[in-house]
Amino acid sequence: MIEFNINDRKVEARPGWTLLDTARHYGVDIPTLCYHESVAPSGACRLCMVELKDGDWSKLVASCIYPVQDGINVYTETERVQNVRRWIFEMLLSTCPASQEIRKMAARYGVKSTRFPINDPDQTCMVCGLCSRVCEEVVGLSAISTVDRGVHKKVSSPFLRPTDICVACGSCVSICPTGAMQAIFDSVRGEPAMQLTQLTP
Amino acid sequence: MANPGTAFKKEDWRLKSPEDLTALRNQILASRDPDRPEIIVCHGSGCMANGSPKVTDALREALSEAGIDARVRPGIKTTGCQGFCSRGPLVLIRPQGLFYQQVKPKDVKEIVERSIMAGEPIERLLYKLPDTGEPVFTEQEIPFYKLQERVVLHNIGKIDPTDITDTIAAGGYQALAKAIATMTPEQVVGEVEKSGLRGRGGAGFPTGRKWRSALNAVAKKGRPVYVVVNGDEGDPGAFMDRTIMEGDPHAVLEGLILGAYALGASQGYLYVRAEYPLAIKHLEIAMSQARELGLLGENILNSGFSLEVQINRGAGAFVCGESTALFTSIEGKPGNPRPKYVRSVEEGLWGRPTVLNNVETWANIPLIISKGADWYAGLGVPHSTGTKVFSLVGKVNNVGLVEVPMGVPMSRIVEEIGGGVPNGSPFKAVQTGGPSGGCIPYHLKDTPVDFDSLTKAGSMMGSGAMIVMDDGDCVVDVGRYFLRFLEEESCGKCLPCRLGLTRMREILDNFSRGQGNEKDIDDLISLAQAVQDGALCALGSSAPNPVLTTIRYFKEEYIAHVRDHHCPAGVCKELITYAIDPELCTGCTNCARQCPNNCISGEKKKPHVIDSNLCIRCGICKETCKFDAVKVS
Repeated sequence: MIEFNINDRKVEARPGWTLLDTARHYGVDIPTLCYHESVAPSGACRLCMVELKDGDWSKLVASCIYPVQDGINVYTETERVQNVRRWIFEMLLSTCPASQEIRKMAARYGVKSTRFPINDPDQTCMVCGLCSRVCEEVVGLSAISTVDRGVHKKVSSPFLRPTDICVACGSCVSICPTGAMQAIFDSVRGEPAMQLTQLTP
Repeated sequence: MANPGTAFKKEDWRLKSPEDLTALRNQILASRDPDRPEIIVCHGSGCMANGSPKVTDALREALSEAGIDARVRPGIKTTGCQGFCSRGPLVLIRPQGLFYQQVKPKDVKEIVERSIMAGEPIERLLYKLPDTGEPVFTEQEIPFYKLQERVVLHNIGKIDPTDITDTIAAGGYQALAKAIATMTPEQVVGEVEKSGLRGRGGAGFPTGRKWRSALNAVAKKGRPVYVVVNGDEGDPGAFMDRTIMEGDPHAVLEGLILGAYALGASQGYLYVRAEYPLAIKHLEIAMSQARELGLLGENILNSGFSLEVQINRGAGAFVCGESTALFTSIEGKPGNPRPKYVRSVEEGLWGRPTVLNNVETWANIPLIISKGADWYAGLGVPHSTGTKVFSLVGKVNNVGLVEVPMGVPMSRIVEEIGGGVPNGSPFKAVQTGGPSGGCIPYHLKDTPVDFDSLTKAGSMMGSGAMIVMDDGDCVVDVGRYFLRFLEEESCGKCLPCRLGLTRMREILDNFSRGQGNEKDIDDLISLAQAVQDGALCALGSSAPNPVLTTIRYFKEEYIAHVRDHHCPAGVCKELITYAIDPELCTGCTNCARQCPNNCISGEKKKPHVIDSNLCIRCGICKETCKFDAVKVS
């Protein structure tokens, strides 16, 4: 077992666990949006940042991917951690204003409004990539992925066209933390290979 | 490829031992007459853009027309960048060492007739000292060169990068021969450790320690291990690595081969951005020549050690200069950084131990091995040993490439070597480290340029771009420029970078329109810290640096924007008006003819007037006015 401290409390973790695994095992609250047990963590949403401290030295790390180590001191509610969290929530409220889930989660951490302009009032997708990761890692198809880069990044099937690689299993829809996948699902799914009407005599 | 000498026939061209290399070198040197006249034309990208290939063609023609006996006809050599880019095309005449600048094809006939045949200098083409106007004959007398210490660049501008015999004559591959003949891999790593060399790509991680960790990782996990060159230089205004790859590709290759020898790697990669076609071409030529000579490939110098190397071209993404994004790109996936809490030396390319170093770092390795770690550690300052190459751009007289020992004061580079700001006023700030670095203001001009001092001043060494700014540069505008660049170049994976950079830029956009208040400046700092702390890779976490350092050193300028709605530098379009000073205006009508919006009116030879309602503040009138009558307020 690996022993270290979370918020000055002694904890034990199994080798291979991350800081987030350990924190959740001990009931320490850390928010996440891009994390899901069924896929490998990607460290994209950065809501799970925690602070490591050692004397004067300190550093922020993403707890969902940081492997546990003996003797480290982890803090989940420091000023720096909260600063990152608050700004991400505030930016998400303006980027994905239509998502009830994000609004609820942000409110839970004290962020209820945003100072930033809202460009698309219907937007719910924050491009956390869970949908494409479940399609690749669990379903094994990669019918969708994130395309383009930077501010233009979005989830799509290849070449922005419907694809018959998608088997309409719905994994992406059910894993999506904000319900955004529901709206773009039809644009991903191409015409089914066989029409239902063909089956009826 | 040029024939190194008559004694070597094609079939025994391949070198079979370190002694063979020395023998070849002696033959090449013996076949060359050091007093034979030679014309050297700079074919670096800067000079080529200024027309140096045309100068070379004209020289060839003029020489054959001049009817000089073939035995004494001077050779023409085209080299990599000689550094003094603002003065190009550059031509050197040897053995006298005459240094001609801004040479045009029409000057060539005179050069051949007077300098080559009669041996006299042409004063018109010489460099003139800016303070006295006195002409300078040779390169070494020009302050721009005199104050430099060219160590990594020592061959560049002297050798033809496409001819391996030139490299070998200059001592190339001697370090490799030395290592193979006399040193164990362990000793090579030890030598690099002892030299104190730190990575030239930006972060300044000790190279020896990186290699040592890789060796430990190999001991634990076994082979394969990979060596990789990071040639994805993308900072605006940076061209150090390009120059090294173009001008001395064998130095990079030799460094890489030495690294592979030390670490036991049999596969290496050169990741070069596709926007550097000449660098890629020269590296490809260098690789095939080295292979032919048995310096690369199977059984190098018959030592039993083999190394295959391939070039991977970047597809235009700045973020691929980040180590983990570079690896995913080589692996054939989109260049997104991956979370890195396990270091690349343990899990890098294909999940294997990998040593990734910057081009300039690799080019330092042969020097350390051939001249010794003690010699290298004697250059520069403790903790930042050796020299560093900087590209000097922006509002500076001598735009170009300079190499100085670590730890020299900033003012030496900008004012003495760079010749200061064109209008003679002191510089306002120097942006070091590109979009990831920060601004060093004039009052810190004596800051020693080394890794730790720059970090202490809030900036960073970065890869070595130095952008000089003067009073005509607005810090808010500079911040917007870099943020817009990074916003486009962010991979978009993590939220602080993808969302945060845009939001920061929007706040600055407001400032540039005179909107916002002083609280917004504090909010901007807070958001910048969140991005710094939260971003996944170094692109995002260093992106706020330009904004944070300009707020630290030029806060009053930010306040002027939001409180007084005034841009002190006269840059932010929505806060300035152009007007013509009737006292100075001669009515030459030049500005009125150039104005794209036809908003300047007036009679000939009488003062003109700008209609500020129609004016789009493009600044063309100010640029075209020969009488300095257009004023910004």
